[in-house]
Amino acid sequence: MATFGVLVFPGSNCDHDAYHALKHVMNSEVKFLWHKDTDLSGIDFLIVPGGFSYGDYLRSGAIARFSPVMQEVVRFAEKGGPVMGICNGFQILLEAGLIPGAMMHNEKLQFVCKNVYIRTESTDSIYTSGLEKGQILDIPVSHGEGNYFIEQDGLKSLQDNDQILFRYCNEQGELTEEANFNGSVDHIAGIVNKQRNVLGMMPHPERAMEKLLGSEDGKPIFESILNSLSVA
Amino acid sequence: MSKSAIQEPTVNLELALDHGLTEEEYEMILSRLGRTPTFTELGVYSVMWSEHCSYKNSIIELKKLPSEGENLLVGAGEENAGLVDLGDGLGCAFKIESHNHPSAIEPYQGAATGVGGIHRDIFTMGARPVASLNSLRFGSMENPKVRYLLDGVVRGIGDYGNSFGVPVIAGEVVFDESYEGNPLVNAMSIGLVKEGETASAIAEGIGNPVLIVGASTGRDGIHGATFASEEISEESEAKRPSVQVGDPFTEKLLLEASLEVLKTGAVIGMQDMGAAGIACSSSEMTAKGGQGMRVDLDKVPAREDGMTAYELLLSESQERMLIVAEKGREQEIIDVYEKWDLHAVVIGEVVEGDKVTYWKEGEVKAEIPAEHLVLGGGAPQYVRETKKPAYLDEVQNFDANSIEHSDDHTEITKKLLSSPNIASKKWVHEQYDTMVRTNTVTGPGASDSGVIRIKGTKKGLVAKTDCNGRYVYLNPRKGGQIAVAESARNVVCSGAKPMAITNCLNFGNPYKPEVYWTFKEALGGMGDACRALNTPVTGGNVSFYNENPNGAIFPSPIIGMLGVIEDVEKHRTTPAFKNEGDIVLYIGADRKGLGGSEYLKAVHGLTTGDAPEIDLDFEVKLQEALLTAIKLGLVNAAHDLSDGGLATSLAEMAIFGRKGAELSVETLKGSTHEILYSEAQSGVVITIPAPELQTVKHHFDEAGVPLYELGVVKGDTLSIKDLVSINVTEADEIYESVLPKAMAG
Repeated sequence: MATFGVLVFPGSNCDHDAYHALKHVMNSEVKFLWHKDTDLSGIDFLIVPGGFSYGDYLRSGAIARFSPVMQEVVRFAEKGGPVMGICNGFQILLEAGLIPGAMMHNEKLQFVCKNVYIRTESTDSIYTSGLEKGQILDIPVSHGEGNYFIEQDGLKSLQDNDQILFRYCNEQGELTEEANFNGSVDHIAGIVNKQRNVLGMMPHPERAMEKLLGSEDGKPIFESILNSLSVA
Repeated sequence: MSKSAIQEPTVNLELALDHGLTEEEYEMILSRLGRTPTFTELGVYSVMWSEHCSYKNSIIELKKLPSEGENLLVGAGEENAGLVDLGDGLGCAFKIESHNHPSAIEPYQGAATGVGGIHRDIFTMGARPVASLNSLRFGSMENPKVRYLLDGVVRGIGDYGNSFGVPVIAGEVVFDESYEGNPLVNAMSIGLVKEGETASAIAEGIGNPVLIVGASTGRDGIHGATFASEEISEESEAKRPSVQVGDPFTEKLLLEASLEVLKTGAVIGMQDMGAAGIACSSSEMTAKGGQGMRVDLDKVPAREDGMTAYELLLSESQERMLIVAEKGREQEIIDVYEKWDLHAVVIGEVVEGDKVTYWKEGEVKAEIPAEHLVLGGGAPQYVRETKKPAYLDEVQNFDANSIEHSDDHTEITKKLLSSPNIASKKWVHEQYDTMVRTNTVTGPGASDSGVIRIKGTKKGLVAKTDCNGRYVYLNPRKGGQIAVAESARNVVCSGAKPMAITNCLNFGNPYKPEVYWTFKEALGGMGDACRALNTPVTGGNVSFYNENPNGAIFPSPIIGMLGVIEDVEKHRTTPAFKNEGDIVLYIGADRKGLGGSEYLKAVHGLTTGDAPEIDLDFEVKLQEALLTAIKLGLVNAAHDLSDGGLATSLAEMAIFGRKGAELSVETLKGSTHEILYSEAQSGVVITIPAPELQTVKHHFDEAGVPLYELGVVKGDTLSIKDLVSINVTEADEIYESVLPKAMAG
């Protein structure tokens, strides 16, 4: 059975949410990894959770990338190990250079926490293999700096290589301006690296795992991951 | 007497008055000590005897509130917060506190540190904060200063709480000219703790070391407690340095480290540092333990050089705690805090005697019997003069027939939906993380109260902050009763049994007899309702001196109600219309009287009349019958009637459910305006599955609660026969656009 590792930085606050989703909803093996840890042995899949690592002082994720565990995460990813960064985790992966692009303050300069719709743009990844192309998911966001930016050439490369997994859309799946609430380039909500093993996404699928809490649309993402891990 | 280069001022009456003490209080200090206090001692007395720390003008009245109950693990005032037994081996600590004055001057930091302070009160008891609420009051939205304050307060609450990682699950935002210049910012925290893992704020055991942990100590916030104990005036701007600065990241580390350190078993007592910093935490813990404490201020990690004993003792630097450890086990504590990159430094020990002694540079800077300083001990307690305010007779004699009422009820309903007090507060709560920790079942907005599930159990916790200051202004006793009754009704509408309350009593200057009369009356009303509903008071906070140059704010005793849902999957209820064909019923008291209503305010610009009717015995009956019906699975939606009355409640249920209804109010008694807009208490709209109608009728009939059939959920228009017809999408647009438009402009 695959074992998940959830990173814990000082200031992480969605670490327990990721743990709960994997352990109690998906019935998987999960371990916390302290930011000073340097031993990733026995870990098959890494999650860089949301929160405010090191207070997000300076710039979101800017300090976390220098922590001891992140050096190991980079090595793990470079060897093809799957790494999923959610929200602040996405920001950290950008700062660490594992995914291209950068994060700016939301267009309206306000923190936004609400349920949004995202559209599945590619099923060619371990994260989306169980989804349908075009499938609309109802998933919460909760961030102040989620306005994804990449220059024109970089964007073209993301598009050409089918690296965009999720885009913000409305309830009907249309890419309206209003749906792109944080102002991200090309409505980008989640992308993978070229090797397709590292995912960064701003929405929180780990918050959409139980009907009681409003949405279960995060589940198919974790089911895809578990299927691909059991096959591998 | 001091070797320091800076000459300390001479202590005399004038200096004492400058410190906010009265002549009488200065005399008390002289006679108790038997000598003139040192400058440092005067500073300590002045903050500890400030209204904020000593509750000197409220404690006698507070003790009259019912504070006993079978489910209370800790009574009011015994610890930093109340503690309720939830069963399943779990306790719930909860408390509400004000940060009004700091927020008036520096809204962002004022609100942020308010959030930080209340969470510390909870985790200092060993409980992990799992939810927060707030209650905000501002002047009129038309005023640009008000919009500036709202923006700053919301950002402050958001930035602190979001980073700290606790969801906001409910709250209220109220606008009224009465709060102009003196906004109310009350924050509430709820925490969970396993039985046997709670911590106490006590210093005991001779020789046990005293540690300061968390952030270092700077010159920020000195005399914050004294500042909070006077009226806001034009000079208040100069007190901006009295406002502390928050660091949610450090607080998050302090939380994790403190909960971890409690698990070592090496902690005897723990107390957070809020108002009056080291002075307050050390003297309160010492007085509770009944022994003495010696503190060496040279050892306190300081943020800046050259801080005096006076400054170190009174600093209100945030994110700090005081711990008394078991002798010989201090290293275990230091190790945990070091793991989290925080200071943990031994600064003193528990000693024989009854005094707190503060040393600096080899000299005793202050030596005071701890009991002198603390609330409930030697701090002054006053009974203030009271006088019934003259305006009351005038407003209560108001005759609603004396004004012209329009009969365009569709227009009036739209007008009410666009009142900032009723309109959607999404602009506010979408700036808060409302879901972190993945427990939020019902967040802020589309419900009467916030609901979280408790992992590992079937239970849910329900909470709501509530008060209508207008009612308390118009009739303090009834207003106090209603604040409690309505918050309980909110909790019941979500499917929970009300358990206990915390309160934040925001009033004007207690030395004004009219203010004090109102205070006593409102507390009396709260006590009546708490006894009737069996929801004891577990503690809270008093904030006096909420005044602006035009006078006192509306008296605003904010209630934080806690309830428990037995089976959150099955019993959780929300106001949204659910299914086409569901029957819509009104249950409860006659819709009588327009006094104090949002209708009079929003449509006629009037704050007048008597507060709405309430009969507490009937209220209890209604709440019990409704909760039973919910538990029996008979209720699909429930919504309390409050601001705006029946028309507003029905419109909200339609908006939340994105469904219309075909209704008639012909069977209800009273004038059309009263039926649609009265804020008479003890009324709820419910929807039920059509086949259950006979069962439901029988149930409420047996309980003695009147029931009226209004119609069915249907289509996309809210229609009240011959009176109101609004398309639900249009209603939603009106309801949602008010705050975003105002804040964009």
